[in-house]
Amino acid sequence: MDFLRPATWAEALTARAERPDAVPIAGGTDVMVELNFDRRRPGALLDLNRIPALRQWTRDPDGTIRLGASVPYARIIDELRTDLPGLAMASRTVGSPQIRNRGGVGGNLGAASPAGDTHPVLVATDAVIEVESAERGVRAIPATEFYLGVKRNAMAADELIKAVLLAPAKGPQQFSKIGTRNAMVIAVCSFAVALDVAARKVGAGIGSAAPTPRRPFEAELFAADALPWDSRADLDPRIATRFGELVAAAAAPIDDVRGTAAYRRHALSVMGRRTLTWAWREHQSSQSCQSSKELT
Amino acid sequence: MPTRAPDRAPRDLNQSATTGGVGDSPTRPDGSLKVKGEFAYSSDLFMDDMIWGATLRSPHPRALIHSIDVAAALKLPGVYAVLTHEDVPGHKFYGLDTRDQPVLAVGQVRHQGEPVALVAADHPETARRALKLIQVDYEVQEPVVDPRRAVFDPQCPLVHDDGNIVRHQPVRVGASPDDPAVRAQCAVVVSGEYEVGIQDQAFLGPESGLAIPAEDGGVDLYVATQWIHWDLLQIAPCLGLPEEKVRMTLSGVGGAFGGREDLSMEIHAAMLALRVGKPVKMVYNREESFFGHVHRHPALMTYTYGATAEGKLVFADVEIVLDGGGYASATPNVVGNAASLGVGPYVVPNIKIDAYGVYTNNPPCGAMRGFGAVQACFAYESMMDKLAAELGLDPVTIRQRNVVAQGDKLATGQVVEAPAPVAEMLDTLKALPMPAPADTSDLRNLPGSTANATHGEGVVRGVGYGIGVKNICFSEDFDDYSTARVRLELLGDTVGALVHTAAAEVGQGLITIEAQIARTELGVEQVSIHPADSSVGTAGSSSASRQSYMTGGAVKTACEAVRAAVFERIAQDHGRAYDDLSLAGGKIVSHAEGVIGTLEEVLAAGPIEQTREYHHHRTQRMDPFTGQGNSHTQLAFAVHRAVVDVDVELGLIKVVALDLVQDVGKIMNRLSLEGQLHGGSAQGLGLAVMEEIQVRDGKVRNPSFTDYLIPTILDMPPMRMEILENADPRAPYGLRGAGEPPTLSSTPAIAAAIRDATGLDLRRVPIRPEDLTEGRTDA
Ligand SMILES: Cc1cc2nc3c(=O)[nH]c(=O)nc-3n(C[C@H](O)[C@H](O)[C@H](O)COP(=O)(O)OP(=O)(O)OC[C@H]3O[C@@H](n4cnc5c(N)ncnc54)[C@H](O)[C@@H]3O)c2cc1C
Repeated sequence: MDFLRPATWAEALTARAERPDAVPIAGGTDVMVELNFDRRRPGALLDLNRIPALRQWTRDPDGTIRLGASVPYARIIDELRTDLPGLAMASRTVGSPQIRNRGGVGGNLGAASPAGDTHPVLVATDAVIEVESAERGVRAIPATEFYLGVKRNAMAADELIKAVLLAPAKGPQQFSKIGTRNAMVIAVCSFAVALDVAARKVGAGIGSAAPTPRRPFEAELFAADALPWDSRADLDPRIATRFGELVAAAAAPIDDVRGTAAYRRHALSVMGRRTLTWAWREHQSSQSCQSSKELT
Repeated sequence: MPTRAPDRAPRDLNQSATTGGVGDSPTRPDGSLKVKGEFAYSSDLFMDDMIWGATLRSPHPRALIHSIDVAAALKLPGVYAVLTHEDVPGHKFYGLDTRDQPVLAVGQVRHQGEPVALVAADHPETARRALKLIQVDYEVQEPVVDPRRAVFDPQCPLVHDDGNIVRHQPVRVGASPDDPAVRAQCAVVVSGEYEVGIQDQAFLGPESGLAIPAEDGGVDLYVATQWIHWDLLQIAPCLGLPEEKVRMTLSGVGGAFGGREDLSMEIHAAMLALRVGKPVKMVYNREESFFGHVHRHPALMTYTYGATAEGKLVFADVEIVLDGGGYASATPNVVGNAASLGVGPYVVPNIKIDAYGVYTNNPPCGAMRGFGAVQACFAYESMMDKLAAELGLDPVTIRQRNVVAQGDKLATGQVVEAPAPVAEMLDTLKALPMPAPADTSDLRNLPGSTANATHGEGVVRGVGYGIGVKNICFSEDFDDYSTARVRLELLGDTVGALVHTAAAEVGQGLITIEAQIARTELGVEQVSIHPADSSVGTAGSSSASRQSYMTGGAVKTACEAVRAAVFERIAQDHGRAYDDLSLAGGKIVSHAEGVIGTLEEVLAAGPIEQTREYHHHRTQRMDPFTGQGNSHTQLAFAVHRAVVDVDVELGLIKVVALDLVQDVGKIMNRLSLEGQLHGGSAQGLGLAVMEEIQVRDGKVRNPSFTDYLIPTILDMPPMRMEILENADPRAPYGLRGAGEPPTLSSTPAIAAAIRDATGLDLRRVPIRPEDLTEGRTDA
């Protein structure tokens, strides 16, 4: 097995094109497990750790955050919790401190496991995955089109993930995950919700309850329509409950070692109800904060 | 003697502490090495010319083997040998007690993962490649997977020719539970069916070791085990070697919990080393480890209890079926514990217990911390709660009305001879302060933790109690004695003691206690521990919570003999007799005359070495029809109170408190002891809420730490503990084994707390989220 260590992004793209048998490695927290268990013996590893740009995040002129593929979870939690609260919450639930120091969103996308924790947030917030190849250049893939199946994604064989583009939060965001242990656990199922207050829209994402992450469109439209945007009144619990039901209805879970399909559906309905309630409450209090600030 | 020792072989461990006798808490000599990652585990052994062994395992739980073709594997460059059962030099079968287990499968396989062939190669990767080239012609058969069917259905296919029941142990006391006169005394009768899933020891150091062929045709084995000499008795006949040609040295053990009582890679590595003439190393990976050792027996248990209106037990009618899987392993002893402790520490005048251990094609099960007693404890404690609820009594009250005290009889008729203040222990436990309500400002205090599943919604608190009683040391007429050799000598100008036993330090802290005993008995500071090996007599197993008792007893006895020899020398030197001598601070002290000499002076004439065996008092076999007999050596009691927050809508659990009162007879080393009580409680917590090897059609579905979950620090609460010291007069220093009892009581206490929070009748552990939410409509 060869170990390729490109020093620049251009070199990495060339190597990727020349060595279709090479597997990119970033934090290695998925790749090394596969190698250790002999599930995979690629001809080469393409080490991306010498490319500084992948470990940086920047802000585009329009405010969009360009998150390098290998920015580790620990830094997302520390540095981006205000701009990207949903992603930071999801990052906080990944593995253990060691894993959060190594792993990043690029690896989560590359692995495209249905249980990856960042996927629901990426689809709920309309993130865009920027991939690039030496031959065809940059391609922007909306998160909703990135996942094709269990551990399959829309990247071509000669492409690498460069960055994930995310808009700073346009309102409260929440992420919630079910695991049968209180730390270091792969999701039984997970859920993300994001309010776009100005546009009066609701984004949502379901994780680990279908072959790919899903957006529960009906639930999103229902909530966008039913939330009391004008009055900012307390949320009618029936709205939250209905939202949860529609979330659950959008899932296609299976029975496996981590849980039953019935449990997953039930848990999604509870998470949907609770996260929408929390997000709305946060919206109410941030509004009242703002107005009280305006008064003083 | 071995011709060469491997790199990173165990050496004498010098105690980092030079003070600390019995009752103190000196730090352990392996402690800082382990924390810094410098401790040499058996997987770290190395020799320049060593090659690697690997094992081909059956993918099927039950199949006939028509042929094994190794030709292609042998042709792979780098491969030194490929062996099958035909290459086993001696006996082809081994086993802990019943020799029913093939070294390599002979004509059939009885469980998924059963070893079929071995490869030795220049690199682990080459060995793995070669495994894939071995062609095995299997005829797959329908596996036997229902343990009840294995017991009761005469049509059930046989896993072994001599029948599917490994042991049936009845217990009969008083009249039959069906006797109308018995029923007439009962104000209430309650029944329950309980189930325990397969728990794994989940030790962190997978099976590993090194076999070195010796010039005399024998083999030197460096392995991680729990009982060197019992291994030896099984290994030597299979290798066709006399026992003295198989020399064993204990290497760094990465946890055991019962999972290293059975052999794994020992015979295999030795076969390869003897065949190739080179040292052979074998290391299982995590997945293979799940197939490389036995697990805790899963259990199906049916209980019916009758009681008076005051809550006094009248009868117990109990059936326990323990699934041993493909081979016997420790199943007979597991059945003995489950039967003798089937109603736990309660006085019951009329008892009918039938405990069965069976063969199936499920994963093989054997020893794990608290075996047999753990399964029964979940059922009998659940029954006590059920009875309390039926009678409107408090769970502590119902237990206090029935629990044994000193002088009472267990179900086996054995009288509890040592102090057993269990009712008082419950009072102490109940009086411990309750934890404050959860501080919801930190998600880590809530069920689901940082996964952000609740901010307090749906969270209900519950409280539950559990009592466990565990037999300490081996039972049923087994003379599991231990041997210690103690040498006192001058090392330059200081006096040092060297303690040599074959007892396995598996992480429990035994070698620290051995040194403490030597310091106390010999009045010296410098104590070293010789590596445990087969050049000294047996120490028995590091299991059944017995080593402080048995090897502690042997070290104490050997020290007493050394001390007597010191006194004899000084008496000879002085030409007179003394009858009031003691050793302290390196001096020989007469009670009447003060210091009369020093150890330096006495040892100038040469070292003093004594070897002694320590035997516990004899026990009896259980009567095969009535289960009666003084079968146990010692009994130890622990009581737990669990406080649990349950998110009743999501079925997620946070154990908030897991407080413990345990009687240990004598605190030998508080720090080590507390570690054992924490660990035992955590293992019980794991069984209560997450740890299970999931099996379908005889196949393991989760052989990894991704999906076999063990508790993390966010699952295990800090513990409040009250440790009592009511001496057992028959044991050295009055101590009681301590490692297992908390593993028993924590599981039912947590289950009871979850029932209290949810109102559900939970009959199975581990309790899964879906068990709590099934049928809920609170979307
Ligand atoms: C103990 C443990 C616990 C874990 N817990 C969780 C958890 O709770 N939640 C969770 O979601 N995941 C978990 N994981 C999985 C893993 O940590 C995550 O998926 C992580 O995001 C992977 O990131 P990485 O940088 O380590 O990826 P790597 O292992 O380096 O790569 C993963 C995949 O992505 C590809 N890849 C990486 N970077 C690029 C790139 N720039 N372009 C193209 N392809 C790329 C690789 O080729 C590979 O296929 C856990 C893993 C371990 C070992």
